[in-house]
Amino acid sequence: MTTDTSTDQSTTKADWTSDQEPRWCPGCGDYSILSAMQLLMPQLGARPENTVFVSGIGCAARFPYYMKTYGMHGIHGRAPALATGLATCRPDLDVWVVGGDGDILSIGGNHLLHSLRRNVNIKILLFNNQIYGLTKGQYSPTSEIGKVTKSTPLGSVDEPLNPLSVALGAEATFVARTHDMDRTHMQDMFRRAWEHSGAAFVEVYQNCNVFNDGAFAEITKKDKRTSMLIPLQHGEPIRFGTEGERGVIMNRSGELQIVEVADVGEDNLLVHDERAETPSLAFALSRLASGPFMPTPIGVFRAVEGPEYASQVSRQLAFAQDRSGPGDLHALLRSRATWDVA
Amino acid sequence: MTDTATQQPSQRTVEDLDRLVIRFAGDSGDGMQLTGDRFTSASALFGNDLATLPDFPAEIRAPAGTLHGVSAFQVQVASETVTTPGDAPTVLVAMNPAALRSELDRLEVGGTVIINSDAFQERNLDKAGYSDDPLTDGTLDHYTTYLVPMTSLTKEVCKDLGVKPRDAERSKNFFALGVVSWLFDRPTQPTLDWIDMKFGKRPLVVAANAAAFKAGHAFGETTEMFQATYKVRPAELEPGTYTSINGNTALSWGLIAAAQQAKLPLFLASYPITPASDVLHELSGRKNFGVRTFQAEDEIAAACAAVGASFGGHIGVTTTSGPGLALKAETIGLALSIELPLLVIDIQRGGPSTGLPTKTEASDLNLALYGRHGEAPLPIVAAYSPSQCFFAAIEAVRIALKYRTPVILLSDGYLANGSEPWRLPDLDELPDISVDFTTQFNDSDEDGNPIFQPYKRDPGTLARPWAVPGTPELMHRVGGLEKEDVTGNISYTPANHGLMTELRAAKVDGIAADIPPTMLDSDGPATVAVLSWGSVWGSVTSAVRRVRTAGTAVDHLHLTHLNPLHADLGDLLGRYRTVLVPEMNLGQLASIVRSRYLIDVKSINKVEGVPFTASEIAAAIAGAVDDD
Repeated sequence: MTTDTSTDQSTTKADWTSDQEPRWCPGCGDYSILSAMQLLMPQLGARPENTVFVSGIGCAARFPYYMKTYGMHGIHGRAPALATGLATCRPDLDVWVVGGDGDILSIGGNHLLHSLRRNVNIKILLFNNQIYGLTKGQYSPTSEIGKVTKSTPLGSVDEPLNPLSVALGAEATFVARTHDMDRTHMQDMFRRAWEHSGAAFVEVYQNCNVFNDGAFAEITKKDKRTSMLIPLQHGEPIRFGTEGERGVIMNRSGELQIVEVADVGEDNLLVHDERAETPSLAFALSRLASGPFMPTPIGVFRAVEGPEYASQVSRQLAFAQDRSGPGDLHALLRSRATWDVA
Repeated sequence: MTDTATQQPSQRTVEDLDRLVIRFAGDSGDGMQLTGDRFTSASALFGNDLATLPDFPAEIRAPAGTLHGVSAFQVQVASETVTTPGDAPTVLVAMNPAALRSELDRLEVGGTVIINSDAFQERNLDKAGYSDDPLTDGTLDHYTTYLVPMTSLTKEVCKDLGVKPRDAERSKNFFALGVVSWLFDRPTQPTLDWIDMKFGKRPLVVAANAAAFKAGHAFGETTEMFQATYKVRPAELEPGTYTSINGNTALSWGLIAAAQQAKLPLFLASYPITPASDVLHELSGRKNFGVRTFQAEDEIAAACAAVGASFGGHIGVTTTSGPGLALKAETIGLALSIELPLLVIDIQRGGPSTGLPTKTEASDLNLALYGRHGEAPLPIVAAYSPSQCFFAAIEAVRIALKYRTPVILLSDGYLANGSEPWRLPDLDELPDISVDFTTQFNDSDEDGNPIFQPYKRDPGTLARPWAVPGTPELMHRVGGLEKEDVTGNISYTPANHGLMTELRAAKVDGIAADIPPTMLDSDGPATVAVLSWGSVWGSVTSAVRRVRTAGTAVDHLHLTHLNPLHADLGDLLGRYRTVLVPEMNLGQLASIVRSRYLIDVKSINKVEGVPFTASEIAAAIAGAVDDD
């Protein structure tokens, strides 16, 4: 090696930027996510050689090519499975998975569920733009009912998936939502995901300005955010609005409801608990908005500690060696009845 | 017909047999696999050569007493070398009417049937579809038949042990084992030791099984039912230490050995599927060897996880059977494109679709060769005997690592579950298959600065460098999009795609110089040859021996590698007027040989879920010699 990295471990954005020119459409939300990540990495103190980005297929899945880290652009839907094998064998690495809503929730839905429930130490970023981009504009598993696309000329009749509900249903230990218009918030969520031990799932509302422009504008445009985004802060009452005048309560039937704080009193607001043992509250919050046209919670929905998969696997290897001694092939071959022929 | 009531005492003789083919058949719940396995082990310890064929239904417990539920286990034990479980059994042990009905036709005429007469009641006869009692209606006229009330005698002997009659009945297979152990002069101590070892935590079960086994043995000795006992003397085997092994265990141990010889950790990712699951089971129990096993959510995830492991510098392996290989196709294409080691093991079974999960077939050769989109060649290794699976695994891993390529290793249901004595290899003689990770820059840019080029190939092997995450400075991206030669950057340039397609093909073709020659078994000039791959090796070897004994010259060519083919194969095939290709498919290798060498080989096919018998192949050889 020509460069000595032992003395100065600090990096800059350039150290995380590959020599490949991004090939997303001009104006794509993916650019701001990429930039947020490249700027965040030096702050985290992460090392490019110990970082791997894994993806499937789709626009978002080109992400690894632009990060100057190790990377694998895999096959459609299978990034969580590829990353699971890598992270299970190499717990020393930071393994990120990047994919779109078609990749991760449709063709790869199965792998998402299983990587989350196993709590493999991978950080899954779902760039949700509610459309198929790379195949030029078909409806996706997160597209709203009635969506008119090339494959749904009369409107979609498919009920969309709620990505966070799905992740929480799989009892993911870390679940968060952010959006591509707010670099600081994205970086906060990515940092929290990076710090989390185990599987982390971050939904990023991402604008596809070609096939689904403005899908999230109702809630993410600068002048809408205060009234339409509900920032979740652990241990704090859930409230939003310019003056914090609106909030969330749990009503008598156990459902969450958006109210005027003045009507119910501050003390009756729901206090966010991202560390709640069961995912019920987080699940209820994930159902609060039925689409990005209603006040929508963003932030960390759930962050709990659970046994991380690779460390469990390593523990079993260590246990087996303690119990049986290190593997001895000569003895293994003779572990069943043997006989000698002279 | 002989039974205990009518048998007159007579002088008992001991007869020597060169070989014995015995088939144990009963209901799925009767423990026939275990019985056969114990008989096999005792024979192996006694020093016979042998080969086994477990033959069981896909259902865990089909309705009791029905033909669907019959589970059988055949073993050939011999005082000479054997390579097959035998053609027609000479002895059939039938635990119920269904077993008799389903298996009797296989028995050679004049053979011996040992029957659990207690099971021949009207209800069981009905279930088996017998309208008359086969014990009395002449069905058994051409056989030597022994009726033994195994169930009642087992219950009787267990009575005083405090075992409930229902539980005692379960030990009747050990009674049967005792009878045949006496009849064929097998040592008893290994079986008693095994019962102790296996059921040691349940003293009543040990007592019942041991009592049933001893009672069966004593029954043979004291009842005077049998006029003779038979001896199959130990075979003259090469000196060494032996163990009895089936293909799936040999394969699993071969993977462990390969990891040691490569000095890399092993990662096995699999989804349960018959008949491959036992490899997952075996390796899951070997964590003290540093083996990581991963039961994935599906076949695709299993293959992907293995690719992820390989990217991280481990030996990524996935095991499956036909349906799973179909599912893994796209992932194999990815491994091929990103040029990382991956071992895919296909334990073939009857297809298409779910097919015959528990029966053997060798019909995935085309899938292994061609089952990917695009020009996607990869090396294929095929195991040919249960114990040889050990070495096939090492060879497949060697190629995968050295050439950074997915490799498909073909085994089959017969090899997987069949067992044979295995002379344990000298571990010091196993090949060193280690490879070096790339840790340094391997090129320089226009300004002379050192850089890493992930697709700059080794000029000898055409393998690309393997730089694993964690290596400073060598960060790079790989992916399924076409890559530019040398740099590995995405490239859609027409000429580059042509070049990369040819490089990938040349890399695989070049392996021909790095594999052993065709296995040639010849004992003099011959105009007829048999060409085989996979498990049919055993039947061909046996048939060729038989034909030669009868004075006919025939050569046997066997392929251990199906892609690339052995470099000498074309020249070898040119020597013969007739080449027979027996396959458990409709002629897949035959087609390849015809198109590759323009030689019109004669395809012999059997797609019935069971291996060729040696007689079938011997007859084909004889026919070819006559026509020659």
